[in-house]
Amino acid sequence: MAKKLTVSASPHARSNETTTGIMLDVLIALLPAVVMSVVYFGTRALVLTVVTTATAVLAEFISRKVMKRDNTIGDLSAAVTGVILAMNFPADLPLWIAAIGSIVAIVVVKQMFGGIGQNFVNPAITARIILMVSFPTAMALSEWVLPFENTWSADALTSATPMAELAKAAGGDLSAANLPSMMDMLLGKHGGSMGEVCSLALIIGGLYLIIRKVISPVIPLTFIGTVAVFTLIAGGGNVEYMVYQLLGGGLMLGAIFMATDYTTSPINFKGKIIFGIGCGLITSVIRIFGSLPEGVSFSIILMNILVPQIEKFTVAKPFGSVKEKKEKEAKA
Amino acid sequence: MSKIVNGVLTAVGKGRGGVKVKHNKNTAEMAVERMPIPAKVVLPMQQHIGAPCVPTVKVGDIVSVGQVIGDTDKFVSAPIHATISGKVTAVGDIKLAHGMMSKAVTIESDGEMRLSEDIKPPVVTNKAELCAAVRASGLVGLGGAGFPTHVKLNFPDDKNVDTLIINAAECEPYITVDYRCCVEDPQDILEGVYSLQKYLGFKQVIIAIEDNKPEAFKILKEIADKDNDSGDVVKLMTLKSKYPQGAEKMMVLSATGRKVPPGKLPADVGCVVMNVASVAFVGRYLKTGKPLISRSITVDGTAIKEPKNIRVPIGTNLQDIIDYCGGFKSEPRKIIFGGPMMGVALCSLDAPLCKQNNALLSFEDSKNITKKERDCIRCGKCVSVCPMSLMPTNIEKFAKIKDVDSLKKSGIMVCMECGSCSFACPSGRPLVQYMRLAKQILREEG
Ligand code: SF4
Ligand code: SF4
Repeated sequence: MAKKLTVSASPHARSNETTTGIMLDVLIALLPAVVMSVVYFGTRALVLTVVTTATAVLAEFISRKVMKRDNTIGDLSAAVTGVILAMNFPADLPLWIAAIGSIVAIVVVKQMFGGIGQNFVNPAITARIILMVSFPTAMALSEWVLPFENTWSADALTSATPMAELAKAAGGDLSAANLPSMMDMLLGKHGGSMGEVCSLALIIGGLYLIIRKVISPVIPLTFIGTVAVFTLIAGGGNVEYMVYQLLGGGLMLGAIFMATDYTTSPINFKGKIIFGIGCGLITSVIRIFGSLPEGVSFSIILMNILVPQIEKFTVAKPFGSVKEKKEKEAKA
Repeated sequence: MSKIVNGVLTAVGKGRGGVKVKHNKNTAEMAVERMPIPAKVVLPMQQHIGAPCVPTVKVGDIVSVGQVIGDTDKFVSAPIHATISGKVTAVGDIKLAHGMMSKAVTIESDGEMRLSEDIKPPVVTNKAELCAAVRASGLVGLGGAGFPTHVKLNFPDDKNVDTLIINAAECEPYITVDYRCCVEDPQDILEGVYSLQKYLGFKQVIIAIEDNKPEAFKILKEIADKDNDSGDVVKLMTLKSKYPQGAEKMMVLSATGRKVPPGKLPADVGCVVMNVASVAFVGRYLKTGKPLISRSITVDGTAIKEPKNIRVPIGTNLQDIIDYCGGFKSEPRKIIFGGPMMGVALCSLDAPLCKQNNALLSFEDSKNITKKERDCIRCGKCVSVCPMSLMPTNIEKFAKIKDVDSLKKSGIMVCMECGSCSFACPSGRPLVQYMRLAKQILREEG
């Protein structure tokens, strides 16, 4: 007879889905962006990605060890943070700064708050912002290297990003701005961080995540949609201006890969809508009225902080509860 | 009621959430075999939700099949009958398969299966008599919950109960006894349906089945069509196969679009939900007067040698059932009563089969049984699959820190422990366990 019967609470069946599987899907979704970053910025982009990823995983391993908690590098979430972080960096960022970014993201933002699922702001974005403040020259937006240049040499050519140029196009008048073609914007032949330039690669990754049901399309759609509406208005109805706004800067990267971070975005459908619109709103305000050409990181981090409040307001009523009924009747 | 073209209903209300589980209905085409009469049965006095029975026999008594051996005057309960004839050899406490203690009567068979003289068809002419008869039959919900059926049927007249929903959805994986019941005993179902409808005055009877059971569908359609000319009260409804389509509240929603409020029963929104095997039993009982002394169960799982559907006297030792099915082909790590989603894990096979157990499943260790437990990543899967619109991940956190206020607001009491949340969680969190803990905390708080 069986001696070692496991007695545990129901259910006695589990889906095939695992945390590791989900994170692996995110890594797969990031692959097009990583490949395009290497295409545009050369092997240095790859080296930088490897450095941030390896540092992130190592930081996770060591911090868990020091805190005497179980080893979690197997869930691949640290690797995801590492890759996303690299995508946020200019290709010529000194490697040691990149490594600091990973350590900040994993140790300070994630593990000091209890690890996966506990941090209240997105680790990659927070690290990016901290680096921008600490190393403004190395991280500065206008100094993104230009694609196709030899990024190993110290004096790599730099050019203004489309976002900086767009800032000159007040009211949607693109004549003063020196912008790349629309096709180049989509494919990524313009200045920007390693991972944000190729919108097409990011969109492909996003579609993969949606098809695999890893993320819900709500946040990316409301985020990007809100920015579209506001920049269209600000541009006086100039569609071209709006599309440049959508394809430029970190919008795609942020909306698809960072605003959808499980830990720091609302769980409920309604909450996701509010979150997405909020991100879009803040991004638009910063881009249009602020002195900063780039607002995605700040908007996400600000909305991250508001998530607990959003969640409180959007809690679904349990099945059949009176309030739910009243709402239905009121609508009918 | 106006005459409607008797098509097949589709769900009126659509429930949210739910999960897709592998059906594994391996035994669907296996006719129910009768297991040989065991040498001994052990009949626990608690085989239902409600008050336990008190033994009415003592050691040394000779009993016959169908004789009452345990009863109580409490309302929410159901009498226990002898399931074989023979001699009472013990009356005392035993450990049930899932570890709880219960008083039980042990009968050693004399091999005769002598029927009790008390067995005769009940006289039923109205609701009260029907309820009394159903109570006397010892019937409890055969779908797993084990709630005494007569309590369900004895709804107050002022509740305006107008709908009987017959649950043939059988949404749990592996289990096929309800399906076999549809295929093998359509006449009993038919008679059960019409008696219930007649005495309880339902305006409509809706038989609900999942769309992955075409053969049962055909048979039930015939039953539903039988009354086309006489008012068309009985209708068949197909549901998408999705777990937990067969849960009571989900059934009510699908069939009528009504939502049972938290803390209320289907009767509060005018519905009674009965499992199809229970309905067939009522039909049979009204004809023969033979109480609930045996039942069909599915014996299956990855560890069992010969999966089967068998009819077993209640009180049969589980080890005997396993032996009858060829024993184990590999060492089982988990044995459960009921389906994988809501079943109860057993700690021993040296225990009797009870009335409400519809399956005995044994599993080898595999990754679909256990998942590595990791920290919650807030992916929201548990929230999106919860049919009750709860947030299991939050409730787990509140339960861990005993945050009573937040638990009260969380709506946890409506959780039906369907298991969808734990099933879906990629981090392998034992969410249902915490849902139970949360309920416990609230109950203690009063
Ligand atoms: S499904 Fe599991 S990991 Fe996802 S939110 Fe719920 S508890 Fe957390
Ligand atoms: S919380 Fe309860 S009702 Fe909701 S999915 Fe989990 S077990 Fe089912």
